[in-house]
Amino acid sequence: MEPHELTLAQALELLAKKEVSSVELTQALLARMEATEPSVNAYLTTTPELALEQAQAADQARAKGEAGPLCGVPAGLKDVLCTQGVRTTCGSKILENFVPPFDAFLVARLKQAGMVLLGKHNMDEFAMGSSTENSGFGPSHNPWDLDAIPGGSSGGTAASVAAGTSLFSVGTDTGGSIRQPASHCGVVGMKPTYGRVSRFGLVAFASSLDQAGPITRTVADAAAVLQVIAGHDPADSTSAPQPVPDYSAALGRGVKGLKLGVPAEFFVEGLDQEVEQSVKAAMAVLEQQGAELVPISLPHTDYALAAYYIIAPAEASSNLARYDGVKYGMSVRREEAGLLDMYLDSRSQGFGDEVIRRIMLGTYALSAGYYDAYYGKAGQVRTLIRRDFDQAFEQVDAIVGPVTPSPAFGLGQKVDDPLQMYLSDVFTLSTNLAGLPGMSVPCGFSAKGLPIGLQIIAPHFAEETILAVGAAYQEATDHHHKRPPL
Amino acid sequence: MEYEAVIGLEVHAQLLTESKIFCGCSTKFGAPPNTHVCPVCLGMPGVLPVLNQKVVEFTIRAGLATNCAIQPKSVWARKNYFYPDLSKNYQISQYELPICLDGWLDIEVEGENRRIGITRIHMEEDAGKLVHDPSQPVSYVDYNRTGVPLMEIVSEPDLRSPEEAGAYLRTLRDVLIYLEICDGNMEEGSFRCDANISLRPVGQAEFGIRAELKNMNSFRGVTKALEYEIRRQRAILDEGGKVVQETRLWDADQGKSFGMRGKEEAHDYRYLPDPDLPPLVVDEAWVERVRSELPELPGAKRARFMEAYGLNDYDAGVLTAGRPLADYYEAVVAAGAPPKAAANWMMTDLLGALKAEGREIGQAAVKPQGLAELIALIDSGAISNKMAKEVFAEMMATGKGAAKVVEEKGLTQVSDEGELEGLLKEIFAANPEEVEAFKGGKKKLMGFFVGQVMQKTKGQANPKLVNQLVNKLLGE
Repeated sequence: MEPHELTLAQALELLAKKEVSSVELTQALLARMEATEPSVNAYLTTTPELALEQAQAADQARAKGEAGPLCGVPAGLKDVLCTQGVRTTCGSKILENFVPPFDAFLVARLKQAGMVLLGKHNMDEFAMGSSTENSGFGPSHNPWDLDAIPGGSSGGTAASVAAGTSLFSVGTDTGGSIRQPASHCGVVGMKPTYGRVSRFGLVAFASSLDQAGPITRTVADAAAVLQVIAGHDPADSTSAPQPVPDYSAALGRGVKGLKLGVPAEFFVEGLDQEVEQSVKAAMAVLEQQGAELVPISLPHTDYALAAYYIIAPAEASSNLARYDGVKYGMSVRREEAGLLDMYLDSRSQGFGDEVIRRIMLGTYALSAGYYDAYYGKAGQVRTLIRRDFDQAFEQVDAIVGPVTPSPAFGLGQKVDDPLQMYLSDVFTLSTNLAGLPGMSVPCGFSAKGLPIGLQIIAPHFAEETILAVGAAYQEATDHHHKRPPL
Repeated sequence: MEYEAVIGLEVHAQLLTESKIFCGCSTKFGAPPNTHVCPVCLGMPGVLPVLNQKVVEFTIRAGLATNCAIQPKSVWARKNYFYPDLSKNYQISQYELPICLDGWLDIEVEGENRRIGITRIHMEEDAGKLVHDPSQPVSYVDYNRTGVPLMEIVSEPDLRSPEEAGAYLRTLRDVLIYLEICDGNMEEGSFRCDANISLRPVGQAEFGIRAELKNMNSFRGVTKALEYEIRRQRAILDEGGKVVQETRLWDADQGKSFGMRGKEEAHDYRYLPDPDLPPLVVDEAWVERVRSELPELPGAKRARFMEAYGLNDYDAGVLTAGRPLADYYEAVVAAGAPPKAAANWMMTDLLGALKAEGREIGQAAVKPQGLAELIALIDSGAISNKMAKEVFAEMMATGKGAAKVVEEKGLTQVSDEGELEGLLKEIFAANPEEVEAFKGGKKKLMGFFVGQVMQKTKGQANPKLVNQLVNKLLGE
């Protein structure tokens, strides 16, 4: 097996047995990047020298018996996570040259665990998008079909894990941005409960929805990464104080006796037939293993998209106000131009169309006279959606369904139709609005060879249930062993 | 027509915490630009605010001292507007649900009590400061002040004159200083005031159209700006005109206010609850703990000083004008000085000297123990009042103790009866006419004899004793 085909667990095993060194592994992945990056474009920034330095340090630590849980494993990270000394662009021209003076909480945790940083992954600008086509630096390509989108906004991250240029990674999910690209790229993507992973150093898109989580090849790998990044952080006031369980212990639990809810609202017109078949087949596998499938209803699902596109842009319009050309990032200063010109020039040249569209949507929704009708109402809808899930979880242990309405679409296909683009997150948005954990697990391929994902959603802080279901599924299937033809 | 002014004040008080409201940076004033900053207060991408609990505690203190209801749950809100001194281009504040509601403060105007309603108190972060280059059209930003905690105290429109407004401001400032949560310095901007003012015909219940006054940076400025605004609005109303609702900036140098252009004040702040901060929950136990630790407030202390020390209203007012001054006074009394004498010495000599030196009570070279000692020397007759003034001046200048100064200067009062009798006999012998006249009932001559003794003793004779001796020797 080639190094770039390894799972995180396999790499750690080889490293532990000293069958490979971190430097060798890192060199192999750097070589893989050279081979695949021209066609995949998963990275915005690569840090080969830093990576080799960290790999060397990891090998030394391991030799001294001081290996952390991810010691010596090379990976890139979504470029929305602040990395001290390594530029962090958020996929935006406005931050093209921004180098954070600090690490995100989870980046510090990963470093401490011994991760080797290969670089920063491409993404939709400020995590706004579902295809990476909104990146200020050109889109990423789906490793399974270079003419297809990898999904988004963590598209570069999912593509990198699929292409083998990261042996694991961390993305962020505001409305589906981990699960949707994971589904499109045939990898595992997990959005933890809101508050489970600190947001400190995660550049905000919509603060009440943003959550970071692992993107990996297997469910077991996702558990290992979550173990490292989860936990309370006093620097994030919305971070959860709950103790972090041993996630690996949940992997072998199986699904026997678990009740899995199947929401009627997720199997509706517009759902691609191949997706429906794969997802239903996956549910049958779980049933065979002893789970009970229970039909449920999440009656307010239809309103999730509308509520999301009020709440997320409203928060974004405020969060993104700081990019003004005054302190850091792009600053356009013309001769004889005043303060307002600097604001307008910097922001209109620094931000892409989708970001500007959402800032305008959010600004409008918060304006005097409109607040109650839009932001206020969206907040009420959010409560109803949360209640839908609460009621469902009185009957079932987890919910299963599709991640996306269709497999990855073609690059350029929806780029001029934002509403169509927004609809690709229709099954993932509501979990963000409710703050719930959710995961995408590869569950098959379309006739064209594009991956399809199964979504598993659980109650707040029931990541273990998700991991148990996902691991049981992967135990019985081998979709996750397939590698793209790159 | 007779008009009545309707005034409400909004006070911004800077809280005396060591660190900023949402990060660990120092709040110290006067540091070189951009040295008290960090990624959080600079609003860098990815940073998050963490509430400084001290800010909440201080605001609860202010709320309790102004009889507010402390809200069990209040909400942080973002106030969105673009300005270069605002690093995130939004200010974290409280909007619909502030921490304190419905309080009041009693003030005294011309001997009469007035109860002024307090609508609300909320917490928020301060912005930075723009520094304009005088030689070229360039401005710089100093973010040191960004994130310094502020408390906004909004009064009801209960004030009816510039004098009442001034009294309210002074009373409020005294309370905040007593609570040790604000230094009350208007010039440095740690105690700022905006005013809303309208006029209405006397007897009319509904309010007129108001103007908002800003940029007053002294108590005098507030009073002057309000007086100016009353004249301005009255002139408009008298001519049958309509007051325009607007924000006006006070120009202290010109003694005038100027309306801001409509465009500048047409803000839509697009408030939204801050998703980075959970609602602030203050439980009953916290409120009770803060309540139990509240210091005695100026009004209560003044009443107690009158009651316990027999001071008149005026003296009690002066001595309770500041907590350090009041503490000093009580320390002097505790060290054994009679309350009235202690009050006199402090109000005339000590405060006078401090004023001349430009110092605060805490910096006085004479400590309470020293002043008590000086007063004891007078009472025991060891020195005269006149000498005591000289001793006091020396104590203030050198920091030496009263007894030591008396000894060094050889100021001990002549209280030796034998010595004084001897002197008096000489004086009587030299002035037989005066002696006869005194004996004949011309008691005014007492002054003459005492003066003679003082001359011979260079002022060191104990005048009380001389009095007694004259009466004794010239036969009562």
